[in-house]
Amino acid sequence: MRLGVLFSGGKDSLYACWKAMQHEEVACLITVVSKNPESYMFHTPNIHLAGLQAAAAGLPLVEVETAGEQETELLDLKRALSLARERFDIEGVVTGAILSVYQAARVQRICRELDLWCFNPLWHIDQEAYMEELIDAGFRVIVVGVFSSPFDASWLGREIDRRTLDDLRKVARKYRTTLTGEGGEFETFVIDAPFFSRRIAIEEASAVYQNYNGILRIERAGLVEK
Amino acid sequence: MILVIDLCYRGNSLSHAEFVGPVERYLREAGAEPIVRHYTTVSAPDIEGADGAVLCGTALKDTGFLDHPDIFRWLSTFARPVLGISSGMLALAAAFGGGTVPCCEIGMVDIRVVAPDPLFAGMTGFPAYELHEHAVETPTGFIPLVVSDRCIQAIRHRSLPLYGLSFHPEVRNEWIIERFVPMVKRTH
Repeated sequence: MRLGVLFSGGKDSLYACWKAMQHEEVACLITVVSKNPESYMFHTPNIHLAGLQAAAAGLPLVEVETAGEQETELLDLKRALSLARERFDIEGVVTGAILSVYQAARVQRICRELDLWCFNPLWHIDQEAYMEELIDAGFRVIVVGVFSSPFDASWLGREIDRRTLDDLRKVARKYRTTLTGEGGEFETFVIDAPFFSRRIAIEEASAVYQNYNGILRIERAGLVEK
Repeated sequence: MILVIDLCYRGNSLSHAEFVGPVERYLREAGAEPIVRHYTTVSAPDIEGADGAVLCGTALKDTGFLDHPDIFRWLSTFARPVLGISSGMLALAAAFGGGTVPCCEIGMVDIRVVAPDPLFAGMTGFPAYELHEHAVETPTGFIPLVVSDRCIQAIRHRSLPLYGLSFHPEVRNEWIIERFVPMVKRTH
């Protein structure tokens, strides 16, 4: 089955893509670029680098812009999925949804309207096992956004390796949050994945941070040999 | 041992992690020992050795399991606890001659308990996660236990612990799986 992967550049969508590749054919990545930083569905700090990640994966990217208002952005998502079907003949869509019923139900409805299959390979996943496999499989993931205490400026740019995962476990236990940042506590950006032919090298980045709220914007990045 | 049946479009499919994995994990966390089989590979020893069975859901477009009603006929004589989830409810109802009606529900829906039953004891209503195109018509020998404004949400056999749920208990209502497990244990 030819599939398009809804793609934000973060760990969940890239892991979902990897899982989809193990079972079906991934024909393209699909990105909805929101102009609204408060977007309910599509906010992510370094979405402008989706094209670079798609090039690293050797996959075409379907990119659609949205003003990012609560329900109209769903029309833009529908437009993006229609475009992906038109260009790449996809029969289904893959998402990285883990627990969000809000996001999952909306994507399910749009897929139904377009007569597309919908796959959520991370749905209610064992988050401990997921994070372990992410590291073991060779994903290299950095934190590029922090949005709640105790995630301070020191987290921006940190790679999610074993030591960071241990720290995330401590935070999850103490603050009763999810290990994966599912509640929007932090955002990630993937610089390498098992299916990337080249990895991403960050050349210049700038952090904006205040009171447990900040982003690391990657200003310049390129592809290098692995 | 609880036999967990994967109704997805093929064994070890991309849908497995979404519809089977979470159910299997919650059963294990509730103290059960699940074994998973794809519906096309369930053997007679699998059925004989099972103390109970759970039939999992599928993607909205995944209805291939309905093309093989004979495969599920064993449910009509199984007589041990069964939990049919969404597509699994359709398979259970079909084994008892129940039909389906179009009723698409996606997302959280408020549902109401309309008949007393140990599985829903103490509950009058709760929000449930729905992902289905069809609802069942209550088969002969079954009673409706839970409803939404639009369709039947749960059925049970009149004398056997055979349950069908239109919604997905593994999403936001794991307590139903936790209550189902001791029902299976009690039949030893």
